[in-house]
Amino acid sequence: MSPELGQFSLILALLLAFVQFTLPIYGAWRGNATLIGLARPVVAGQAVFVVLAFALLTYAFVTQDFSVVYVAQNSNLSLPWYYRFPAVWGAHEGSLLLWILILNVWTVAVATFSRRLPDALMARVLGVLGFISFGFLLFTIATSNPFLRHLPALADGNDLNPILQDPGLIMHPPMLYTGYVGFSVAFAFAIAALLGGELDIAWERWARPWTNEAWAFLTLGISLGSWWAYYVLGWGGWWFWDPVENASFMPWLVGTALIHSQAVTEKRGSFRAWTLLLSIFAFSLSLLGTFLVRSGVLTSVHAFASDPKRGTFILMFLGVVVGGSLIIYALRAPKVAGGKAFKFISRETLLLINNLLFACAAAMVLLGTLYPLIGDALGVGRISVGPPYFGFMFVLLMLPAICLIPLGPFFRWAMADWRATFRALRPALIVAIVAAIAAKLMTHDLPLRGVAGVAASLWVGLGIILYALNRWRTAPRGRRFTPEMLGMILAHFGVSIFLAGVLITEATSIERDLRAAPNEVVEIGGLGFRFQGVQRTQGPNYIADEGTIDVLEGDTVLTTMHPQKRAYSSGSAPQTISAIRPGLFSDLYVALGEPLDNGAWSVRIYVKPFVRWIWLGGLCMMFGGFIAASDRRFRVLPARADERAVVPATSVPQAAT
Amino acid sequence: MTRLIPLLIFIALVALLAFGINWNKHHEMFEVPSPLIDKPAPEFTLPLLYEPEKTLARKDLLGQPYILNVFGSWCPTCQDEHPILTRAVKPLGIKLIGLDWRDDPADGKRWLAQFGNPYDAVLTDPDGHAGIDFGVYMAPESFLIDAQGVVRYKRIGMFTPELIASELMPQLKTLGQPVTTK
Repeated sequence: MSPELGQFSLILALLLAFVQFTLPIYGAWRGNATLIGLARPVVAGQAVFVVLAFALLTYAFVTQDFSVVYVAQNSNLSLPWYYRFPAVWGAHEGSLLLWILILNVWTVAVATFSRRLPDALMARVLGVLGFISFGFLLFTIATSNPFLRHLPALADGNDLNPILQDPGLIMHPPMLYTGYVGFSVAFAFAIAALLGGELDIAWERWARPWTNEAWAFLTLGISLGSWWAYYVLGWGGWWFWDPVENASFMPWLVGTALIHSQAVTEKRGSFRAWTLLLSIFAFSLSLLGTFLVRSGVLTSVHAFASDPKRGTFILMFLGVVVGGSLIIYALRAPKVAGGKAFKFISRETLLLINNLLFACAAAMVLLGTLYPLIGDALGVGRISVGPPYFGFMFVLLMLPAICLIPLGPFFRWAMADWRATFRALRPALIVAIVAAIAAKLMTHDLPLRGVAGVAASLWVGLGIILYALNRWRTAPRGRRFTPEMLGMILAHFGVSIFLAGVLITEATSIERDLRAAPNEVVEIGGLGFRFQGVQRTQGPNYIADEGTIDVLEGDTVLTTMHPQKRAYSSGSAPQTISAIRPGLFSDLYVALGEPLDNGAWSVRIYVKPFVRWIWLGGLCMMFGGFIAASDRRFRVLPARADERAVVPATSVPQAAT
Repeated sequence: MTRLIPLLIFIALVALLAFGINWNKHHEMFEVPSPLIDKPAPEFTLPLLYEPEKTLARKDLLGQPYILNVFGSWCPTCQDEHPILTRAVKPLGIKLIGLDWRDDPADGKRWLAQFGNPYDAVLTDPDGHAGIDFGVYMAPESFLIDAQGVVRYKRIGMFTPELIASELMPQLKTLGQPVTTK
C-alpha cells in the first residue's frame, strides 16, 4: 500500500508545483495580492508531499519491500541496515527523488527567511523554483517512477552496487546535490529580477549568502567524491576528469566566478550583466550535468543506466529553462553598464579577470567533456581527450588566477596603488622564491611541478596571511574581521593548502606494483614493507581476502595495514579495499592485487606525500564559504527608509569578496 | 545583439546534445566502428601461453574462420564474460582463440586454471603491441575473422546471450559456418 501512497504524493506535489509557478507569477504581473499570497502556502504543501514520498521510499528500503522494482534492483536481504538509507539514492530513480527533495528544502528555506523582501519579487522567485520542481517531478513520474511495483514480490533483491557500499558515499551525493541544486536560488533571483524589471541591486546582497552556501556545499561534495575515488577505486588517484566529475566541476567553476561577481555587483553596482549571466549559467550547468549523467550520451564509470526517452525529456526541459532564461536575458538585460567607475589598476579589474578565467575554464571543461560527441557530429569518429588535455589547459588558465589571488584583497576598489601592494607583498614573494630555490637544491630530484607547488602555495598562503596582519593593524577594533572577511581569508588560504597538496603529491609520489612473498621485506621511500600473507575473513555481506602488511621503520613496526579484496554475496565483480595509513605529511597506501604462486600476491604500494592537503584545502574553502555566508550584514536588508539609520555598518569599503 | 550571443551558443549546444541522443538510439553504446571490418586482419606472430617457445601467426590460422577474444586476468568484465564464452560461444563450433592482453602470462595461466579454459589456443601479448595493431583499447573485445583472414565483425565489451543470437549467429551464417545448436 505505501508505495502507492508514495506515488500519489508525487502526483500531488506535481500539481502543487504547477500552481506554484503559474498563479503567483501571474499575480505578480497583475498586482493581485491574493495570488501573490498563494506562493508560500503552496511551497509548504509541495514540500510536505515530497518529504512524504521520500520517506515512503526510504521505508520500502528499510523494510526490504522487494515488490518495489527499484528496491529489488538496488538492495538485497544481506545489505546491512546502515546502507539501506544511502541505497535510496543509489541509482537513477531514487537520486532524482533526492534531487527534488533538496530543491524543496532550499525553496522552503528561501520562503522562510525572506519575509523582508517585496512580496511580488518573492512570488516570482518561488514561481521560478516551482517551475524547476515541476519539470523534475514530471520527469520522475513520466520516465523514472521509483515506486513501480513488481507483483508478485521477489524473494530477494539484486544488490546495491558494491562500489557504493562505503561510508564516504553516504554523504557524497546529498552534499553534491545540495550544492548544485542550491545554485537554483541565485538563478531564481536573477530570473525574477529580469521578469520584474527590478534590476536595482537591492536583492543582490540578499542573494549572496545563498550562493556562498551552495558553493560551500558543492565544494564539500566534490572533495568527498575525490577522497572516495582515492580510497575506493584502488588506484590512488584523486581526480580523473571523468565526464561525471566534470559535470559537478563545471557548476563549481562558474559558481566561483559568480560569488566574486556578486560581491562586485552588491558593493559597487558594476558587473550586473556578468552576475545575471553567471547566475543563469551556474544553474544551467547543474542541469546540463544532470543531463550528461542520465542521458547515456557520454560513457563514464559512474553514469546511470540510460534510456533515450529520459535523455530527450531532460534535453527538452533544459531547452525550456535555459533557452527561456537566455531569451528573457536578451530582452531585458540592463542596457547600460551601471555601477561606479573604476580605473585599470583596481580590484574590479582583478575580479573581471577572475570572472573571465573561471568562465573560460568552465567552457574548456565543457568542450573537453563533449569532445566525443563533437567528433561524432563532424564525422571524424568518437574521440576522447583525456587528462593530458584537461591538465594542460586547466593549469594554463588557473596559473594567472593563482598569481593574482594575493593582490585581490590588497587592491582597493576603483583605484589601487600597485606600489603599496607590491611593498606589502614583497616578503611573501621573496619567501616563495627562496623556498622554491632551496627545495630544488636540497632535494636533488624534485621535478619542476614540485618546485612550482612550493612557490605557488607559499605565495598565496603568505600573501593572504600578510593581508590578515595588515587588516589587524589598520582596521578599527571590532570591525577587523567580519565573518565575510574571515571567510574570504580562510577560503583563499584553502587554495594555498590545496595547491601544496596537488603539486607536491603529483611530483613526489612513489608508486610500486610488486610481487610480495610471505615475510619478504621490500624497501620503499625509506620504509620497509613486510608482507605477512593473506587470510579469509567474513563481512556482513561479503567474504574478503585480507592481507597483513607490517610497515617497518628500521626494526620497529610503525603500523600494520590490512588491505582487502572483497567478493560480495550478490556475485558482482570483486572490490579492492585499500588500506591507508593517513598522515598529515604523507599517506601510505596499500592495495592487494592478485594471488600468485606459493602464497605470494601482487601488491600495490604507494607513498603519497601531502595528499591529505588536497582535501584539507577543500575543507578550508568550504568553511570559508559558510563563514562568509553567516555575515549578519547580508540579512539586515533591504533596508526600508525607517531602518536605514539603524544599520550604519552596511558599507564596509575594505571588505573583500 | 551581443546579448543574444549566450542564447545562440546555447542553441548550438542543444543541437549537439540532441544529435547525441539520436546517435545513441541508432548505435550500441560500445559500438565504435572499426576500420578493420571487411579488411584483412593485421599480421601477428605471437607466443602461445602454454608453450611460450612456440608461436602462432595469422597465416597459420587461414583456412578456417575463428573468433579472436581479447582478455586479461586483470579485467573484471572478462570474468563476467567467461561463462558465456564457455556455455554459449564454444558450443557454436567455431574456433575460439584467446589473446591474453597486457597481462603477465603467469597471471593469465592462473586465471584460466581458476575459471577453466574455453579457448582452442591462447596467445600472449604482454606488452600490448598486437592489441595496438588491432585497435584494442579495452577488454574484452572479440573479432570474427573468416577463412581468408578478413575481419568480418567486431564486438567491444562482453558478449551476452542476446548479442550472440542477434549479431554473432547471423554473421556466422553468412560465413557458411555450420552452426551447431544444442
